[in-house]
Amino acid sequence: MSADITTASRPASRPAWVWHAGVVAFGVVWWLVYRQLVPAAEWITALFPVDRRSHAGEALAFFFYDVPKVMLLLTLIVFAMGVVRSYFSPERTRALLAGRREGVGNAMAALLGVVTPFCSCSAVPLFIGLVSAGVPLGVTFSFLIAAPMVNEVALALLFGLVGWQVALTYFAFGLVIAIVAGWVIGRLHLEGWLQGWVRDIHSGATAPEAVEGARLTLTDRYKLGIEAVREIFGRVWKWIILGIGMGALIHGYVPEDLMARIMGADAWWSVPAAVLIGIPMYTNAAGVIPIVEALLGKGAALGTVLAFMMAVIALSLPEMIILRQVLTLRLIAVFVGVVGSGILAVGYLFNVLF
Amino acid sequence: MEIKVLGPGCAKCKATADLIGRVAGETGVQVQVEKIEDMRQIVGFGVMTTPAVVIGGKVVHKGSVPSPDQVRAWLG
Repeated sequence: MSADITTASRPASRPAWVWHAGVVAFGVVWWLVYRQLVPAAEWITALFPVDRRSHAGEALAFFFYDVPKVMLLLTLIVFAMGVVRSYFSPERTRALLAGRREGVGNAMAALLGVVTPFCSCSAVPLFIGLVSAGVPLGVTFSFLIAAPMVNEVALALLFGLVGWQVALTYFAFGLVIAIVAGWVIGRLHLEGWLQGWVRDIHSGATAPEAVEGARLTLTDRYKLGIEAVREIFGRVWKWIILGIGMGALIHGYVPEDLMARIMGADAWWSVPAAVLIGIPMYTNAAGVIPIVEALLGKGAALGTVLAFMMAVIALSLPEMIILRQVLTLRLIAVFVGVVGSGILAVGYLFNVLF
Repeated sequence: MEIKVLGPGCAKCKATADLIGRVAGETGVQVQVEKIEDMRQIVGFGVMTTPAVVIGGKVVHKGSVPSPDQVRAWLG
């Protein structure tokens, strides 16, 4: 890195080494705190006038262990992703994907969907920006499916609450669904089902070069990571507490094998039912994963809860309403049908395998 | 000075418009902030992320709420 890097108008207030040291110190403190979670949760639970072995005691211990644990993991992973994302931008992703063939393009789009900064409020301009620059429709869909589904909040919560195996499984199969569903939509050649005005700008619309052509220093990237933590926490902390609260109640009070009967692997209808219930649910990964964990603990089948989780996160009604501005209803129906089928397949596959 | 804030009416877009109005009030620069919420016009500027800020027909910022310092630089 050279000294003549032109960052935005911000003057560097502290030397870079202070930031590096700060990040290392944060990592050490994080690790020390993380290791004290179990004793801390037991200590807090003991302050309440309930028997530790009672339903209420179980629920409380669960709550006071999981909330700080999830908050810690989220801080770490969101910060790291914030730094990683500072290396990517929608413009760069577009340049990488434009004119890319299907197949390879779908795989690249799904992976870029994970690391490119994305907010569903920008889904429409992003969609148009990609399509108008010559990114094939199916490849664009791979991106749009992966970006919300495989996100760091979901991965952090799965990792913290359910274990790394399930987090990795979710990551891998989220990508597979995005790649395959995008490829299928591309094969169907549905370009004619875009809204008329979107087709019209198909050829024109030249975007200006990245306005902040300025290169970022590592310190700038740390700041973006911190900004990401602040922003995501502001958005999800209520959901986490609500979700873990619900999970704690399920954990403490729901009978051991109730869920095995309704959401177990033997109930074949449970996978489609989980998907159908999941679509209109307006929550996000932060709210739904603590509940998923509690259901797993009560005997629900992994494939069924995975399908539920994917449907909640990937097929959300609000996002479809946003996309309605650029897609015709027929195309939205195909989108839901293809992605939904993929989720069903994953659900059944896991119920058979595990 | 005419400033356009592009964004489909999200919370960050409103925060951006409010911030520009506030900084303009502090510095005493006369500005007219216009919020563009129509998606056709937004994509017409070629932005892929909102909120975006357009001054004199040029996109000067996109994808986030700008910092007060950035706004001051635009107004100055």
